[in-house]
Amino acid sequence: MTASAVITAEEAVAHIRSGDTVMVGGFGLVGAPLTLIDALVDHSDATDLTIVSNNIGEPGRGLGKLLRQGRIRRGISSYFTSNPEAVAAVNAGEIEATLVPQGTFAEAIRAAGAGIAGFYTAVGAGTQLAEGKEERLIGGVLHVLEDPIRADVALVYAARADPLGNLWYRRTARNFNPVMATAATITIAEAGEVVPVGAFEPESVVTPHLYVDFLVERA
Amino acid sequence: MSGDLKSRIAERAARELHPGEIVNLGIGIPNLIPGFLSSDSRVVLHTENGLLGVGPRPPEDEADPDLIDAAKQPITALPGASYFDSAASFAMIRGGHIDVAVLGALEVSARGDIANWAVPGKDVLGVGGAMDLVVGARRVIVTMTATSSRGEPKVVPECSYPLTATGAVDVIVTELSVFRLRGGELYLTELLDGVTLDDVAAVTTAPFTVSLEESHAR
Repeated sequence: MTASAVITAEEAVAHIRSGDTVMVGGFGLVGAPLTLIDALVDHSDATDLTIVSNNIGEPGRGLGKLLRQGRIRRGISSYFTSNPEAVAAVNAGEIEATLVPQGTFAEAIRAAGAGIAGFYTAVGAGTQLAEGKEERLIGGVLHVLEDPIRADVALVYAARADPLGNLWYRRTARNFNPVMATAATITIAEAGEVVPVGAFEPESVVTPHLYVDFLVERA
Repeated sequence: MSGDLKSRIAERAARELHPGEIVNLGIGIPNLIPGFLSSDSRVVLHTENGLLGVGPRPPEDEADPDLIDAAKQPITALPGASYFDSAASFAMIRGGHIDVAVLGALEVSARGDIANWAVPGKDVLGVGGAMDLVVGARRVIVTMTATSSRGEPKVVPECSYPLTATGAVDVIVTELSVFRLRGGELYLTELLDGVTLDDVAAVTTAPFTVSLEESHAR
């Protein structure tokens, strides 16, 4: 897409339907699209969601709010532990958990956005997290085949965006946002600040606008 | 675990790091290591959430909410630092561009297998970057107490906890000693000050070869 519409958070989350897989950026709450998450919590009835996010928020914060509403069917994450309520929900059988090593998680999302059908990595090979996956010796080292992780909708946060949808991230709030922006059918970016087209040096654009479908300003 | 014990381990582990090395420090004891690095150590710290060139923790009133380490604690960035996304960060790790990972463990086996992410029956459901780091870093240093809080040995013949990786550990630093893995075998290479071989043997169930080659003194 060449131009990203600036819409409200409420309009944005209308793109999320029940049963969808939704990617959500952030490392903990840092770099998480909190305005979009709040809109999903307050203005959407979509349920039975698969959430792809490094963490399922914190208790009652970020995605932790959505968890309390019982709208998450499955979580794909590297670290559920930062929200003890998510761990409890998994243990109670209320949500399904898929635990993925953090680098494999990031790379699987990158692969989905880059048209890569899967990749072999030594990370996780020979451990519980490789169970049910193809393992193969490559160069004498055991590797595990990892599938790409894609989503119907990605919710990302960038400190600055221009109206085309070019994104710039600040410090460690970048984390999973740039790869998630590439790996979903619809990418919605929440921007801390919308700057005019041409305000970015082209070299400083981290996510080129073709990945971004809709822009929302942070509340 | 007492703070003194942690500091003793961190202080010894700091001496394993060489000038100019790119180092990733895990949560807990490894995070104490910067306090024991000299100002001219030139060790460069990487944090997997996307920063090379981690600086000291800021005063509370100067903390930047967008600038944290993998323990989600406020940090600073040094001159020459760079930020990158998580996929790039873990490409650095898997690609062998990180010289050293220092991290804690529940158990390490005689072959260098490491278990440090899951405790059956406990509410732990997270692996984070542990598997990526122990597989990808060129050298893996484990910092841990010699025994668990229940007094059980942690350097063991076989890990009983779920594995993080097989044969990944290069060095183990405890409050008692330093072990090194060479060719898949475990060597006791150093006794820390005031520790005897019997002290180590009493809390180590893994078979090891005694190969004391390093002085107690600095």
